[in-house]
Amino acid sequence: MSNAILVFIEQRNGEIKKASLEALSEGRRLADKTGGPLVALIIGSDLAGLTDKIAGFGPDRIMLADSPLLEKYSNEGYASQIAEAVKQAAPTILIMAFTAMGFDLAPRVAGRLQAGLITDCTHLEMGENNLLDVTKPLYSGKVVGTIRFTGKKLPQIVALRPNVFPLLEENLHKEPEILQIDTGVTDADVRCKIREILKPEAAAVDLTEANIIVSGGRGMKGGENFGMLQEVADILGGAIGASRSAVDAGWIDHQFQVGQTGKIVSPTLYIACGISGAIQHFAGMSSSKYIVAINKDPDAPIFKAADFGIIGDVFQVLPVLKEELKKLKAG
Amino acid sequence: MNIIACVKQVPDTEARIRIAADKVSIDEAEVSMALNPFDEYAVEEALRLKEKFGGDVTVISVGEDKAVTALRNCLAMGADKAVLLKDGAFSGSDSLAVARILAAAIQPRDYDLLLFGKQAVGEDHCQVGPLVAEILNLPYVTSITRLEIHEKAAVAHREIEGATEVFECPLAAVFTAQKGLNEPRYASLKGIMMAKKKPIETLSLADIGLSASDVGAEGALTKIKALSPPPVRSEGKVIEGEPAEVARELAKFLSDDAKII
Repeated sequence: MSNAILVFIEQRNGEIKKASLEALSEGRRLADKTGGPLVALIIGSDLAGLTDKIAGFGPDRIMLADSPLLEKYSNEGYASQIAEAVKQAAPTILIMAFTAMGFDLAPRVAGRLQAGLITDCTHLEMGENNLLDVTKPLYSGKVVGTIRFTGKKLPQIVALRPNVFPLLEENLHKEPEILQIDTGVTDADVRCKIREILKPEAAAVDLTEANIIVSGGRGMKGGENFGMLQEVADILGGAIGASRSAVDAGWIDHQFQVGQTGKIVSPTLYIACGISGAIQHFAGMSSSKYIVAINKDPDAPIFKAADFGIIGDVFQVLPVLKEELKKLKAG
Repeated sequence: MNIIACVKQVPDTEARIRIAADKVSIDEAEVSMALNPFDEYAVEEALRLKEKFGGDVTVISVGEDKAVTALRNCLAMGADKAVLLKDGAFSGSDSLAVARILAAAIQPRDYDLLLFGKQAVGEDHCQVGPLVAEILNLPYVTSITRLEIHEKAAVAHREIEGATEVFECPLAAVFTAQKGLNEPRYASLKGIMMAKKKPIETLSLADIGLSASDVGAEGALTKIKALSPPPVRSEGKVIEGEPAEVARELAKFLSDDAKII
């Protein structure tokens, strides 16, 4: 049985996703266990400058699928490249990041290879015969599942929840071999194409990538008050989020929703303002490192999960907090 | 325009979940079940497209007898026909096995669009729609918030980190629905009455021409080994007092403990 580990590295416009570096770090740890080579695959156009940015994470080999036709993401075009890399590297495990791209791409790859895929993984444990036991929260985090690959078909494909797996801290540069792969994919092979990418005028920190999230719920009383959260988020360099009730009330767009039917986030700090802490909300933020809650209701379930809770009125606490943070920031 | 929407019955998002005695499944006996919320968006979109372009809407589910409730719900919303794929051999299926079952049932039908929810809440594997697309060799876009259908082509919006991708693809195609796509309707009383008369076809493994080794535990490549309760977060500090006082303490916590400043 092969013992190679293949990691798909996501880049957009030459920017490598942090979640992919986390995947590569986990790949390094697993490759040390299997004793096999760690292979990284980058797909896109004009990639030569990117190999240096990942070499420190210790890949033994870097494969590049570099073509103008791959400049824009498509699940069909990218899956063909990954399938080719799998053919060449014969990995026992294929690791991806469960980003927006990973969400779209991983099942296309799994279908094409007719291989098993486990998404939104929060922990990987190497078992016998290099078969993985994968931890994944289920039922909005009310249950933790351990899922095992049967090994009937390889590779085992895992998509890792961003911000959960630690980045390697030391430089493990191994002078990786650089290899070009080419599947000869043509424009006609890609039926579903990106026509354009719409960007909001003000570049905001994306919720799923934010290290700090300041989130508001029903206690914010109205959309106009989310500006207060934005001000605190701006001071901290974070993003704003919202509970389902705030979104359903029409106070803020659904793309800010955190929870079971919204986004899953794992920031270092999650500040819940006027959020009671319904179980479906926990599903989206319970893997945050620190949870802070500000709520008037002393019985709000959010306090059970909070590392630091304030029983109080957000409209009184936030303005003072804002000033205090400004002072601290100014040093 | 003929549309097939694939749906799943899932535990209500607010339901308490208890792990069953076998430690690999949940105790469904006392859990209230509902149509997967993301599937509601898929069904709603199918109905809106039917209202605009004509054709019919078929809903399909893989499940046991009780999944009929979810199918009836879709029929009451306005879907024309329903298909329940049910067979003892399906038990233990993983995402790929479920996708094989759906693809085999969909393949002989006449369709222009296949719609799914972007994921089934509960197990949240987020795979079945795209896997069906791959098996049927169709283009897809996952997690869409907008869909426009033009002559033989579709334009779909998909949110990514900090931006929106606009995809264009030919039909037939598969789309999986994200919140924001539409506002699902409630079934009317008339709809509920009419749903009782609409047909629900039940098909077995043999009916869809698959073999037992393709599906169920035998066909699965992943298997739940154990379910356990989530780790309990240790209870932190909860304070109450003058706003200025507590805000200062919080700021201190953020800089000294969480070290984010």
